[in-house]
Amino acid sequence: MAEILASVIDGVLIGAVYGLAAMGLTLIWGVMNVINLSHGAIIVLGMFALYYFSSVLGLNPYAASPIVIVIGFVAGVLLYWVAVHRVIGRPPLMSLLSTFAVNMVLIGLGTAFWSTSPYNVPVSLPSVSWEGYTYTGTHIMAAVIAAVIAGLLYLLLYRTRIGKAIRAVSANRAAAELSGIPTTQMLALSFGLGVTLAFASGMLIATLFPFTILSGGAYQLKSFVVTVLGGLGNPGGALLGGIFLGLIEGMATPFMPVSWMPMIEFTLFVIVLIAFPRGIFSFSRT
Amino acid sequence: MQLPRLCLVAVATIALTSPAWAADNDTLTVGFTVSQTGKLNTDSIAQMRGFDLWRDQVNAKGGIKVGDKAYNIKFVSYDDESQNGRVQQLYTRLITQDNAQFLFSPYSSGLTATAAIISEQYGKVMLTTGAAEEKTYELGNKDLFQIYSPAAQYLAGALRALKEKDPNAKIAFVYEDDPFSKAVAHATLDLAKMAHMTIVLDEAYSGSTMDFGPIINKIIASKAVALLGGGHYADGSTLARQLHDQKANLKWVTLLVAPDSPKFAELGAAATDISVPSQWEPQVRFKPDFGPTAQEFTNAFNTKYGVDPGYHAAGGYAAGLILQHAIEQVGSIDPAKVAAALNKMDVTTMFGRTKFATDAKDHGLQIGHDMVLAQWQLKDGKLTKEVIWPAAAKTADTVMN
Repeated sequence: MAEILASVIDGVLIGAVYGLAAMGLTLIWGVMNVINLSHGAIIVLGMFALYYFSSVLGLNPYAASPIVIVIGFVAGVLLYWVAVHRVIGRPPLMSLLSTFAVNMVLIGLGTAFWSTSPYNVPVSLPSVSWEGYTYTGTHIMAAVIAAVIAGLLYLLLYRTRIGKAIRAVSANRAAAELSGIPTTQMLALSFGLGVTLAFASGMLIATLFPFTILSGGAYQLKSFVVTVLGGLGNPGGALLGGIFLGLIEGMATPFMPVSWMPMIEFTLFVIVLIAFPRGIFSFSRT
Repeated sequence: MQLPRLCLVAVATIALTSPAWAADNDTLTVGFTVSQTGKLNTDSIAQMRGFDLWRDQVNAKGGIKVGDKAYNIKFVSYDDESQNGRVQQLYTRLITQDNAQFLFSPYSSGLTATAAIISEQYGKVMLTTGAAEEKTYELGNKDLFQIYSPAAQYLAGALRALKEKDPNAKIAFVYEDDPFSKAVAHATLDLAKMAHMTIVLDEAYSGSTMDFGPIINKIIASKAVALLGGGHYADGSTLARQLHDQKANLKWVTLLVAPDSPKFAELGAAATDISVPSQWEPQVRFKPDFGPTAQEFTNAFNTKYGVDPGYHAAGGYAAGLILQHAIEQVGSIDPAKVAAALNKMDVTTMFGRTKFATDAKDHGLQIGHDMVLAQWQLKDGKLTKEVIWPAAAKTADTVMN
C-alpha cells in the first residue's frame, strides 16, 4: 500500500509539471486553432535557458526562473510574428508545417550549440521521507511552482481585461474585432503565453532530470496525451489532465514494468479520443 | 647572405628539424567512429583518447616498423552521434572512400554490432574495444577481434564478492534495455540463481530514461539490499544520483560502466561506495610482454590529458598495441597475414592477457582477459577508486554499509 501511495504521490507531483507543459499547447490551440509542433523544442529551450543562467552564470535556479519566464514570453511573441501570423486562418496543414519547420530549426541550432550530449542543472533541496519512501524537495517545489503559474494564468484569463479579450478572440475573432479588440495583438499575446508555459515547464523539468536537445520529443508526446485528456483548448482541463496522467502512471507502475508506461499512456489516449472526444475535463473551458 | 646559400641553409634546417616521421615513411590508415555527441560521448571520448595516445607514441618513435619500412599511423574518424544509423554510413565511408586499412570499433556493443556487419561485408580487420556483448562474435565472422572480456563476466565478480559479504542479500537487478546491459544482466541472473541467491526485482529500463523515481520506489518496495545493473554513463550516473536523492538505503550498489569514469566522482556523496566491474584499473600490476606497464601508461595518459585513465581509455590503447604487435610479428600490413597473427596471439600487455577464440562459432571472442571489481571509497574526505576484487588484485577491503 505504501508503495502504491508513494508512486501515486510521485506521479501527481510530476503530473502537475506535465500539465503545465500541456497548458501551453492547448492555450495556443484554443485561441488560434494552431497545433504547435515546435512545442517540444520550446520546452527544451526552457531547460537550456535555466542551464545558462544557473550553471553558466551561477544564479540560483529558482531565482533565475522569472528571467527565464520573461525570455520565454518575448521568444513566443517573436515566434508568432515570424512563423505563425501569416498562417492564421489558412488551411491547418500550413500551420502544422510552419511550426514543424520551427521545430527543426530550433533542434538544428540547438545541436550546433550544445550537441546532443546530456546536461544537468544541479539543484539540492531538503526532501521529505515517509514510510521508507522519499519525496525530493525539487519534485515538490516543481509541482508547487507549476500550480502557482497555473493559478496566475487563471487569474489573467478570468480576472483581467486582457484575459477577457483573449477569451473573446478565442470565442469569435470577427466579433471581437468588431468590438474594438486588437485581435492580432491578442493572438500574439496568447502565443507568447503558450510559449511561456512551455518554457516554464522546461525550466522545472531541468531542475528534476538531465536533458539533451532531443529531450523535447517525449514531453511533446505527453503534452498531446494530456491535451486530449483535458480537452483541446482547455488550459484548466490540461492541468487536471496532467495530474490525472501522473495519477494513472503512479497507480500502474507498481504492477508492471516501467517500460510499459508509454503503451498505457497511448492506450488511454485512444480511449479518451473515442469515448470522450471533448476531453474528460471539458467542463471548464477558456 | 647570398640567395643560393640561404636556400641551402634553409633546406638543411628543415631537414634537421623535421619530425621523426620523415617524408619517406608510409602511412597506415586506421578508421573508426567516436560518439563525440549523444548519450555515449563520455565513455567513447575516453576510448578515443586511448587510441590517440597510442598513435602519438608510435609516430613519435618513427612509426610501426615493418621490415625495412616504417608506417606512420593516421586516423580517420567521424562522430557517430551515438546512433546506429550513422555508424552504418560512416564505416562504409571509412572503407570505401577513406581507404582505411584497419578498423577500430565504435564504443558500445550496440554500435559495434552495426560496425561489424559493415567490416565483415568488406573483409576488413576490426579490433573491437568498448564492446563486450558476445552475440556479435557468434554470427560467423572472420576478422573481428575483441579486446574486452565478454559481457557474461562483467558482474560475476560482483556477485561473488557480494556473496562473500552477505550470502542472504536480496538483490535487485535494474539495467538498461540495450544489447550489452541485457547480456550482462541475463548472464548474471543465471549465475545468481545457480548460487541460490535471492533475486527480488528484475527490471529493464529504456536507455533514454531520465526519471528513475518509479523504479527506485520499486527497489525500495522489494526490500532489496543490493542493486546490480545500470548501463552506460548517462543513465548510470543519473540512476546513482537519484538513488542517493531518494535515500534508497541500499547496502551494495554495483553499476556497469558509469562509475569507472573519473567524471563519476563529481557526483560526490552519490558516488560513495558504488562499485563497478572493470576491464582494467591503473593499479593493476601485469608484467607486459611488450609495450608500457600499467603505471607507465597511466603516467603518460595523465601527462597528456590531466586525468587518470579509466578502462575505456586503456582498452583503446590496448587495441592499438595489439594491432601494432600483430603487424610487427608478421612484418606486413597485409590484412590476411595480420588476421592470422591475431588468431595466434596469446600475450600480456598493460591491459592484461589477450587471446582470441579461433573457432568459427565464436571467432574473435576474448578468452584470455580477466576483470576486476573497483569501488569508490571516501578516504580523508576524497573519493578514490580502489580495486576490491579479486583478492589477488585488491588494493582495499570492500565497503558494505
